[in-house]
Amino acid sequence: MRFVRGFGRFWYDFVVGDDWRIAAGVVLVLAAGAVLVATDAVSDGVLVPLVGAAIVGVVGVSIVQGARR
Amino acid sequence: MSADTAGLIVSAFLASAVEFVEALTIVLAMGVTRGWRSTLAGVALALVALAAITAGAGYALAEWLPESVLQLIVGTLLLIFGLQWLRKAVLRSAGLKAHNDEDETFREEVEAGRGAGEQRRLGLDWFGFVVSFKGVFLEGLEIVFIVITFGLNADDVPAAAAGAAIAGVLVLGIGAIAHRPLAGVPQNTVKFAVGLLLSTFGTFWAVEGLGVFAEGSESLEWPGGDAALPVLLAVWAGFAWSAIRLLRRGRLDPAGA
Repeated sequence: MRFVRGFGRFWYDFVVGDDWRIAAGVVLVLAAGAVLVATDAVSDGVLVPLVGAAIVGVVGVSIVQGARR
Repeated sequence: MSADTAGLIVSAFLASAVEFVEALTIVLAMGVTRGWRSTLAGVALALVALAAITAGAGYALAEWLPESVLQLIVGTLLLIFGLQWLRKAVLRSAGLKAHNDEDETFREEVEAGRGAGEQRRLGLDWFGFVVSFKGVFLEGLEIVFIVITFGLNADDVPAAAAGAAIAGVLVLGIGAIAHRPLAGVPQNTVKFAVGLLLSTFGTFWAVEGLGVFAEGSESLEWPGGDAALPVLLAVWAGFAWSAIRLLRRGRLDPAGA
């Protein structure tokens, strides 16, 4: 059990790092992008820069949070 | 050599160099305090584990996954990695986070090495063996990740591996001659540059990979194709620069406003 917990902890630290908001934000933005792609709601020309801008927003929020701590 | 290949080698070199510097600090501290035999045994085992992971993961990713899925997975991981590096570099540059100090890390590791008890297993000093194994494995895993992701996406794993290998030879060579941590390496600047590169490529590939959810599962195209890469890099650089300026003035920090 200790090994499993340690193994999980290792991969969490490796992938997610010290601010889970970035990982969560990126996954949320990409999931929203995936829905837009699957439903063909907007054209690729709009979707691609839109998702890119949302990712910039994610790190912006994370930096503000980091500055508050 | 094409500009793309040169860029790939330089990116892998820079990203790997900072990881090699960090691993070197841990290995030196353990070697000095716990003896070189156990320390080098830990390094050797970590290298074997890393080689196995590189071969397995690289083959599985390249052979089993369609291009758009590969782009989405690799791009997402790259993006999360890159944004973490960029965030820390921005906070350090704004004076809100302590800079990496290899001399300080070395002192802490040496203290830990001297303070740890004596425990022998398999004829090795267990503390020195485990700490050097973990240090090299963890930092090495980041290098492997960078080489595989950059290499697969540029369809040139050997060039990415060459960049990492040059960094390894250079850092370890200088470390062996100097026999001390490489505190002179401008780690924050290098990490800033690498964070920008990882974020740029991560954004590019993750968004292209969303095409897996479209009819036909073809990768999406950025306006202008590959020409969007320098534009993305400029956007990330401009964003980071603006964030540092605003943080220094206290405008992004309600507590300091």
